[in-house]
Amino acid sequence: MFLSRPYATLVHKRAGFTRVCGFAGYFGSVGDADALLRRMVGEIVHRGPDEQGRFVSTQAGLAHARLSIVGLGDGQQPMVDETGHLTIAFNGEIFNYVELRDDLRARGRRFRTSSDTEVILHLYDEMGDACLSLLNGDFAFALWDERRHRMMLARDRMGVRPLFYTSKGGTLYFASEIKALLKVPGISATLDPIALDQIFTLWAPIAPRTAFAGIHELEPASVMIAEPGRTGLKHYWQLDYPPGDAPGNIKQEAEAAEELRALLSDAVRLRMRADVPVGSYLSGGLDSSLVSALAAGMAPEGLKTFSVSFDSPEHDESAYQRQMAAALHSDHRTVVCREGDIACVFPEVIRFTERPIIRTAPAPLYNLSGLVRETGVKAVLTGEGADEVFAGYDLFKEARVRRFCARQPASRIRPHLFRKLYPYLPNLRQQSVEFLAAFFGVGDGFADDPLFSHRPRFKATAGAKLFYSRELREQLKGYDAADDLASRLPATFRTWHPLHQAQYLEARFLLPGYILSSQGDRMAMAHGIEGRFPFLDHRVVEFASRLPPEMKLKGLTEKHILRRAAQDLLPPAILERPKQPYQAPDSLAFTGPGDLDYVNDCLGEKSIAAGGLFNGEAVAKLHQKCRARATTGFRDNAAFVGILSTQLWHRAFAGQDQQIEKAA
Amino acid sequence: MRETISVEVRNFIVETFLFGDTASVPADDASLIDNGIIDSTAVLELVVFIEERFDITVGDADIVPANLDSIARISAFIQSKAKAVAA
Repeated sequence: MFLSRPYATLVHKRAGFTRVCGFAGYFGSVGDADALLRRMVGEIVHRGPDEQGRFVSTQAGLAHARLSIVGLGDGQQPMVDETGHLTIAFNGEIFNYVELRDDLRARGRRFRTSSDTEVILHLYDEMGDACLSLLNGDFAFALWDERRHRMMLARDRMGVRPLFYTSKGGTLYFASEIKALLKVPGISATLDPIALDQIFTLWAPIAPRTAFAGIHELEPASVMIAEPGRTGLKHYWQLDYPPGDAPGNIKQEAEAAEELRALLSDAVRLRMRADVPVGSYLSGGLDSSLVSALAAGMAPEGLKTFSVSFDSPEHDESAYQRQMAAALHSDHRTVVCREGDIACVFPEVIRFTERPIIRTAPAPLYNLSGLVRETGVKAVLTGEGADEVFAGYDLFKEARVRRFCARQPASRIRPHLFRKLYPYLPNLRQQSVEFLAAFFGVGDGFADDPLFSHRPRFKATAGAKLFYSRELREQLKGYDAADDLASRLPATFRTWHPLHQAQYLEARFLLPGYILSSQGDRMAMAHGIEGRFPFLDHRVVEFASRLPPEMKLKGLTEKHILRRAAQDLLPPAILERPKQPYQAPDSLAFTGPGDLDYVNDCLGEKSIAAGGLFNGEAVAKLHQKCRARATTGFRDNAAFVGILSTQLWHRAFAGQDQQIEKAA
Repeated sequence: MRETISVEVRNFIVETFLFGDTASVPADDASLIDNGIIDSTAVLELVVFIEERFDITVGDADIVPANLDSIARISAFIQSKAKAVAA
C-alpha cells in the first residue's frame, strides 16, 4: 500500500478522551462575571452535562461544560498552562495530538495531562496563531493570552464545531451555541430578515450572518484576534482547486485510488482514537459503508453501527443497511422514523438548529443520536462530506447535463438524460422533453454564471418566498441572496473547472451552513454525541481537490475514484448502487394522526400576524393543502417547513414562548 | 369564450399555485416556469384541472411548454381542444 509521509510517521496509540462539550466567554468587562458565565454555560449544558468550569480574569472570562468519559482529574477546562498566562476553553478533538505531543516533548516540552487541549496551549506558546496549521481536527476554541491581553477564537477548517459571537458595550461575547449569548444582559433574539431570505433561497445563512440579528458565526477555517481597541479576523486555510485549464493531476487512476485508500484509512484510524468505543452511522450508501468497513477493521472488539429507517418506502434504505451490517458483523441498531415522529420532535429540533430550516431531514438524526446515547456510545463516525469532496450529489450531474443540453438547445434527445438523473422523482419522469428542458433552464445561456450549477435549486427554493408578507417584501426590496453569495466567491473561482466551482459552493457554504450544523453538530450534540467525519480530514479534502474532475464525476457516475478505492471492501450491491439522497417526509410528516396543536398555533392567523413575516391567508391555504396531503411539490414542502420552523424559532428564542412543549 | 376560459385558468392558478396571492399573478403571456409558479408536480395538477374542468383529454404530446407555460397559452390550448371536440 502506498503511504507517503507524513501519514507514515503517525504512531498508533489508543489514548485520549472523547470531549463532547461546549464553552462560552467574553473579552472586555462585565459585572458579576462568574454569575454571567454560569448562566451562559448553563444554556449549553447538553453539550457537556458532567462538569462545568469557569475562569475569570480582569479582562476576560471563560466557561466550559464537559462530558467526562474518563480522566476526571486530567483535562478539566478551562485549562491554564504551567506559566499561568494562557487559558483555553476547547470544544472538539485534535485527532493528531499524539504526534504533535511527541514532537513537543522531543523539543523539551513537559505535559501535565494526556489531553489534546494541553497540546494547543504548548503549540500556541511556541508558534502563536500559526499553530492552527498543524492541527488535524474538528475544533472550536477560545484562548486567552494574559501577557498579550488578547483573546483568540478559532474554528476548524470545514466548520464542524460551531462558534458564535457578538458584542455589547465594547465587550466581545462568544459561545458554542447562540442560546448562551442570549443570557447576556441587553442581547435579545431578533430575526434577521436577510438571513431568512438566504435560508429561503440558499438553505442556510451566509456566514458570518446567523438567523439572529447582530449575532455572528465565526467562519470555518478562520481565527479572530481580539485585543483592546481592535479586532482582527482572518482565514488560516482556504479550500482551493487548480485552474481549470491546468494539466490534470499527474497521478494515474490506480495510483490515486491507492493513495486515497491509504489516506482514508489513516483519517478513520485517527478518528477511532478514544478511550471508549467509537460507533458508526450506517445509511446504507457508499460513504458511510466505506467508513464503517474501515472502522470495523480497526475495532477488534467489534463495531456498533446505527441507522435511521423509515416506514415510508421512498425514504427507506434499511435493506442496504442490514446487508452492510451483516457484512461487517456489527452490533447494529436502528431507530425507525414512523409517521408522526418528526412532528413530535420538530420544536426541539429547531431549538437546537437555532435557525429556520426548509427540510425536516435533521429530525430523524435527532432521534438517531438519542438512540446512540442510550447505548452508551459517545462518538460516531459518519460518511458526511464525501458528496461534497468527491462530487456525489445529483446536482453535479445535473449541471453537467444542463451544459451538455445547452450546447444544442433544440435537441429533443439530450433532455432525456434528466430522467436518468432523478429516478426517484416520478413526477419528473412523466414530463415531456420540452418541459424537462424548461424546468432545468436549458437554453437560458447562463453557462458562464458562477452559480450556474445551483440556479435551479435556488430558483425552486425561492418559490417559497411567495408566502412573504408585504412588509417583509418591502424590507427585502433590492436584496438578492444569490447575488450576495456570488459576490463572496474568491477571485480564482472563475479559473476553476465547472465541477470544482459547484463543489466549492457546496463545500464552502451548504456543508457548514446546513449539513454539518443543522443536520450535524446540533442534532448530535442535542444528545451529547460527537460526530467524526473522516472525509473531512483536511488531507483528504486537499487530495480530492487536486484530482482531475473526471476522476470524481466520470460521465454520470458520481464518486468514481471513491468507488475504486472501496472496491474490495464493500459488497457489490452497496458499491454499485446509485446514490439515494438522504431525505425525510416534509409536510406529510405533519399530517398524520393526532392533534398537532403547536402546528395549528404556529400557522394560525394570530401567530402569523404576530410574526409579521408571512401572508396569513396564503399560509392558511397552504396548511389546508398540507392537511389534505396534497402538498407534494418541492416549493410547497419547502415553504411549509420553512414557515413552520420560522414560527417555532420565534417561539423558542424571541420571547413568544420560551418553553415549547413537545407535541403529544 | 376565450375570456371566460382565461379567467378560470387565472383563478385556478391563483388559488392552487399562488395560494390566493393575487399580487403575484403574472401577465397573461409571462412564463409560469420562469416565474417559479409551476414545477414538475404543478404541471400534472394543471393537466388534471384542464381535463376535469373542461372535459377534454390532454394527450402526452400536448404536455409541452408551448401549450401550458402561460395563462394565454393554456387558454388558447383549451379553446382549440374544445373546438376540436365540438367539431
